[in-house]
Amino acid sequence: MAISIDKTECTGCGTCVDACSFGSIRIENEKAVIDDTCTACGACVESCPSGAIKMDVKDRKVELSRYKDVWVVAELKGGKIRQCTFELLGCGRALADTMGHRLCAFVAGKDSGAHVPEMAASGADVVYTIEDAKLGEGTVLPHARVISEAIKDKMPSVVLFSATPFGRDLAPRISRRLSVGLTADCTELSVDKETRNLLQTRPAWGGNLMATIYSPDTRPQMSTVRPGVMKPLAKNPGKKSEVVVLEYLIAPRDLALEVLELKKETAHKVNLTEAKIIVAGGNGVGSKEGFRHLEELAKLLGAEVGGTRIAVEEGWITQDRQVGQTGQSVSPELYFACGISGAIQHRSGMAGSKTIVAVNSDPNAPIFGIADIGMVGDLHKVIPEMIKAIKERRSVQ
Amino acid sequence: MDIVVLVKQVPNTAEVKIDPKTGTLLREGVDSIINPDDMHALEAALQLKAKHGAKITAISMGPPQAMDALREALAMGVDEGILLTDRAFAGADTLATSYTLGKAVKKVGKYDLVLCGLQAIDGDTAQIGPQVAEFLDIPQVTRATKLEVQGNELHAERLVEDGTEVVKCPLPALVTVIKEMNRPRYPRVQGILAAFLPDAKLKQWGPKDIGAEDNKIGLKGSPTQVQKTFIPNVEKKTEKLTGDPSAMAKTLAERLKERRLL
Repeated sequence: MAISIDKTECTGCGTCVDACSFGSIRIENEKAVIDDTCTACGACVESCPSGAIKMDVKDRKVELSRYKDVWVVAELKGGKIRQCTFELLGCGRALADTMGHRLCAFVAGKDSGAHVPEMAASGADVVYTIEDAKLGEGTVLPHARVISEAIKDKMPSVVLFSATPFGRDLAPRISRRLSVGLTADCTELSVDKETRNLLQTRPAWGGNLMATIYSPDTRPQMSTVRPGVMKPLAKNPGKKSEVVVLEYLIAPRDLALEVLELKKETAHKVNLTEAKIIVAGGNGVGSKEGFRHLEELAKLLGAEVGGTRIAVEEGWITQDRQVGQTGQSVSPELYFACGISGAIQHRSGMAGSKTIVAVNSDPNAPIFGIADIGMVGDLHKVIPEMIKAIKERRSVQ
Repeated sequence: MDIVVLVKQVPNTAEVKIDPKTGTLLREGVDSIINPDDMHALEAALQLKAKHGAKITAISMGPPQAMDALREALAMGVDEGILLTDRAFAGADTLATSYTLGKAVKKVGKYDLVLCGLQAIDGDTAQIGPQVAEFLDIPQVTRATKLEVQGNELHAERLVEDGTEVVKCPLPALVTVIKEMNRPRYPRVQGILAAFLPDAKLKQWGPKDIGAEDNKIGLKGSPTQVQKTFIPNVEKKTEKLTGDPSAMAKTLAERLKERRLL
């Protein structure tokens, strides 16, 4: 037997009976007993408050083939599905096709059923819905409860979350509850052709190093995926999907955290991560006035203004516009790095941009190493010319 | 009140270089520091102690030299430091680490609050806080900027995407702290000296001390494995423009047009 119960430590509390998805444990004479339907999934081992259930390490390997399907955990905001969820569906579709699995969307919340057509049109073969008013947006414990239970029931092979603040709060709790691996903030996902393992690539050391991580022996394989990196599919309104309505009990203890108030930012909230174009400035901009050229260029292009830590510390831009390790990570279509030398702390937050234009007076600035187009010159002269040239280029169209 | 602070010793990333050939970290000569977010967690604990009175225990998992991080914590005013160190702990992913830290917190026994930084600068996973909270089966408040204890309740403010959320939950709870919370104090010189004396309140625990099972710690207890590491392919074909700003700007506009970015 892979799983054994230490009778001296077992208190007969029955927690493991509830934890077992396969009904393999019963209480006899105030002690837990495991029968031979046990799959050695290990759920009971984690659940035991007395540490009385032990598992042999050799049997940690779960029977991988029993786990099927790629799941995308949808995230709602203001009653709407967030863009990052559609991105997950786009990337999940490719994984599911390669693995020969179904792509399933998991939507939990009030009126979750209303999102089914959208999920189907965006690539899902199956949509799981849970409707419960207790599943408020951003509530970690109730969501952790229902998602963990659904995973135990349905046994998906892959579960993807968005690496939003909510996803990054939620996914670790589920990984701990199910004792499975979780890779944070992935920027690339693929499938190992031979083993069918999910290969999860993420930046480490502020993006200076990429690490590819996998979980060979446990299922599901879970990742949080950086928003703005994956591409959503074009919507196919005719596509239908199977709908499965699930129901799980949310325990009173899952509602322990109470939100008393949300103090909204009164100022225009900058969301650099969703910007298509960013015009960013660094030390070389030199002053708050210097940023005016950047603001003008940004306005012309419908872009957001961003900057380095120095630009924030000098008070030239506000902190919510900081790009880099201690600011936001962005990957827009087009990134202008103006007067930015390209310290690794900054690069780590923007190196994923599709096209990078660098303007710097130092021809040896490291930023040129990652730029697609480098302009060597004084940004205070170059940017006004850029504004002029872009206006001209547009007028001839 | 009993407070446990989880701290990690990390290399000072501002100085970390990577060997471009092997893709490994060149740590030689690089300082070790307490992870910046964890410094804010320590400060938060010390401020609560000043207000309500508390016993603060700092716990770290790492190689023997990570004791220096705990010495620093002691010098800041923490009451006791516990280093979880053993070869068997090595190679742990976040699941194994959260198990190890969680077992240690349980071993400490009394805790009203568990504090740690949101994330460590060497991994940026931000998974340890929620995973330890789950292991202890207590609520979590992440990205906290303000903390108050009122009776048996925690009142906190946390930074969310569209503002600041005010929350409350019963104790015990786990809180992950961000830099907006406070300004960490400097360790006292006397405190640093005292932390090196033999009677300093520091101890080391191994797997047996915390009752850890072999298959749940270190490499063995880690479901995730690193398949490979590599330097991101940033070798772009850079088109470098020089000379007259006006000519450069025209070429740029042309290139952006070609890339359908205008």
